[in-house]
Amino acid sequence: MTAISEQIRHIKWRAIWRQVYPAALSLILALVIGGLLLLVSGRDPIAAYQSLLSGAFGSSNRFTETLVKMTPFLILAISVSISFRCGIWNIGAEGQLILGAVASTWVALSFSFLPPLIILPLTMIAGIIGGALWSGIAGVLKAYFNANEVITTSMLNFIAVYLLAFLVNGPLKDPEGFNFPQSALIDSSFELPRLLEGSRLNIAFIVALILVVAAIMYWRSTVGFRTEIVGASRRVARHIGLNVNWTIVLVTLISGGLAGLAGWGEIFGLHFRLIEAIAIGMGSLAVVVALLGELHPIGMVVSAFLFAALVVGGNAMERSAGVPFALVDVIQGVIILLILARSYIFRARAS
Amino acid sequence: MTNDISVQMKGVTKRFPGVLANDHIDLTLHAGEVHGLLGENGAGKSTLMNVLFGLYTPDEGEILVNGQPVAITSPATAISLGIGMVHQHFKLVRPFTVTENIILGLDEGSPLLDLKAAERRVAEVAEQYAINVDPRALIHDLSVGQQQRVEILNSLYRGANVLILDEPTAVLTPQEADDLIVTLRGMAEQGKSILFISHKLEEVMKVTDRVTVLRGGRKVFEALTKDTDKQQLAREMIGRQISDLERDESAFVMALAGAGEDLGIEHHDVGSSQKQAILTVSDLHVKDDRDLTAVRGMSFVIHPGEILGIAGVDGNGQRELVEAITGQRPIEQGQVWLEETETTKWSTRDYINHNVAVITEDRQKEGLVLEFNLLRNAVLKIFDRPSFSKNKLLKFNAIDDFTGKLIDGFNISTPNPQVEVGTLSGGNQQKLILARELSQSPSLIIANKPKRGLDIGAAAYVHQKLDDERKRGTAILLISGDLDELFALSDRLLVMYEGQVLGILPIENADIESIGLMMAGSSRSEIASNRSS
Repeated sequence: MTAISEQIRHIKWRAIWRQVYPAALSLILALVIGGLLLLVSGRDPIAAYQSLLSGAFGSSNRFTETLVKMTPFLILAISVSISFRCGIWNIGAEGQLILGAVASTWVALSFSFLPPLIILPLTMIAGIIGGALWSGIAGVLKAYFNANEVITTSMLNFIAVYLLAFLVNGPLKDPEGFNFPQSALIDSSFELPRLLEGSRLNIAFIVALILVVAAIMYWRSTVGFRTEIVGASRRVARHIGLNVNWTIVLVTLISGGLAGLAGWGEIFGLHFRLIEAIAIGMGSLAVVVALLGELHPIGMVVSAFLFAALVVGGNAMERSAGVPFALVDVIQGVIILLILARSYIFRARAS
Repeated sequence: MTNDISVQMKGVTKRFPGVLANDHIDLTLHAGEVHGLLGENGAGKSTLMNVLFGLYTPDEGEILVNGQPVAITSPATAISLGIGMVHQHFKLVRPFTVTENIILGLDEGSPLLDLKAAERRVAEVAEQYAINVDPRALIHDLSVGQQQRVEILNSLYRGANVLILDEPTAVLTPQEADDLIVTLRGMAEQGKSILFISHKLEEVMKVTDRVTVLRGGRKVFEALTKDTDKQQLAREMIGRQISDLERDESAFVMALAGAGEDLGIEHHDVGSSQKQAILTVSDLHVKDDRDLTAVRGMSFVIHPGEILGIAGVDGNGQRELVEAITGQRPIEQGQVWLEETETTKWSTRDYINHNVAVITEDRQKEGLVLEFNLLRNAVLKIFDRPSFSKNKLLKFNAIDDFTGKLIDGFNISTPNPQVEVGTLSGGNQQKLILARELSQSPSLIIANKPKRGLDIGAAAYVHQKLDDERKRGTAILLISGDLDELFALSDRLLVMYEGQVLGILPIENADIESIGLMMAGSSRSEIASNRSS
């Protein structure tokens, strides 16, 4: 009996290693290529990476700032990973986050007379519904009209971005905001509690960690199994009598709801008002984080953390070492390419 | 009819790993002739045609076009030599017009496109061969038969003298098939050579001047059509040593001519046998993906402990039949009963929940998820049952135990249950499906080509298991194009042709030759009258 469980443990470790090493290697290669670029442009890569590291982890404040950045990355990565594992290439996390932020802010501004204990759950639900409805459009179009979700979700992103711009320049514009394109501040009693004195780290981070556990449970549930069957083969799914169309809609609703929740966290944990730049670049980052994490909840915790460090450290690097932040974009780009090519690069070698 | 030889294939041999698809085949095409190429599935017809059309390069042998040895290395070479091919699946751009499709890829001599002139030329060619197609029509507005005419026109427009048609009537309605035959005869009269691939004897007799039969990659027979008959062709196609299987001649004729009447009563009088039957299908009508009726009024019953074999050439409605009685495809007319419950409107889930076992035709695309491990595939259909999930959470220990039992019980060889099913051999994949489907003690098994692609050992194992199930009292519907398989297992044989029941015979009254003839479309009375004369 012990021999068998020993054997199983052995197998699992090997399986985990097989999953981890392509991602790790991709990251290292991307950093090396970034370093070479720095060398070519006449900068010292060691110094640059040192400033990146100290920017991300150099002080407790820096470190918590990395965790703050990590929060939306992680929630969005979980969001898109559920779609991806169902074979739905939802790249609309950005738009869904915006709609979640808009819906929850609107509720907070409109019902500011309610006590915080009522308004916080209410805004949370509003954020989830806002994101879910936005992705649901793409889900229904995909399931019942076979519309390509890559196109619909990215078009919905554009609409969301301009809708947000319209709202903060028009109906939701702060009357006392000196003409800045932003909404009024939410009541300060609605702000999410901070986890550490003097840092911006707040309850949203805990929400993200709870979602990691929820995602692990999801993939151990019948719904998660059904999601993966539909993702692996629509044809098999039909043959075993699964309702493929409904599964597609359900999965997009879940994904969108999670992205909306990320928008809620950004508003109530960080910005306390709608701003135009709330979601810039988040959609594509979510995809990279999810892929680098091999779409696994734990893997995505690691990759979200690494990417948050890269972004926070990259900002610091730009300030202190004069290295353009674009380098971070380059590293991101190289990682995407390597991740996409990994099945050819790594698996081909294995066999 | 002239005797000019347009194409001569000499000793053409084509090997694939482990298979000799074409073994020194000689084939001569004469101008002004329709030449039928007959053979069962896998006899090597398609390979030979793909060699002639330049899709495959032969390993040995030579091809002469108009007396000149040529190397046909690509379809472009074939077309430039005047060889055209109409595939079973059309190669047309659906949003384009007929003319646009025909001139697609052609160099019309000018960098500017003169569609009007092209339309005129297309219309001229169409008129010359009496092919009725509007050059300006959009492809997706055309029926299948019209699209096929576009394909033929396409070859003619490119100057084809030799036209290869790969099972052209398989996709057509009977009326369209008749029209096609008229067109082909007309083309032959104008001196074209036509190579007509088919396994429907009726048509081959009607349209061809000469016929060649392939079997197991070899040419086994060639004759002028007027010098042969359907019986001889069927015999050559199936290639059985009659003596091996010959049963008492008089009993055979009795079975066909006389006993058939009794059988007729059995399968029309569905009502009385409804009570003891496991599956009852009555006057079933089902449409295929193209909205054509694929199953037309089939009726049959299967009793406990019985294997009913469905014999038929692929594409005669078997797929649609299976899909209709497993809830995958709507039933247009007629009824299906499981024991005493009417299941005509059941969904796939309903059938699964009532433990109807299905061994799908394509195990890798329908039966299994190849990138899932054995555990997940083992519970693919039943993961939401209380034994494997509670409060929507999967019970992994129960799934582990269950899969372990399947692996032991069916001798599935796998390093461990965690490996992807795609890494298993075909035989072990099929064992896993069998294990999964039989684990729920089904009362009905629908097995569609269960030994497809399996080696002898695995095939024998599958047969053994089906036989065990029969002994247990399960009703089994076995669909196959392989007569050996059907004869080895079935208690009764149903011959299916163009969506209809041509006859149901107890196995002891059936012989391979007559079943082969019926599969190719001969009615039972024809066979009987021929035999007794």
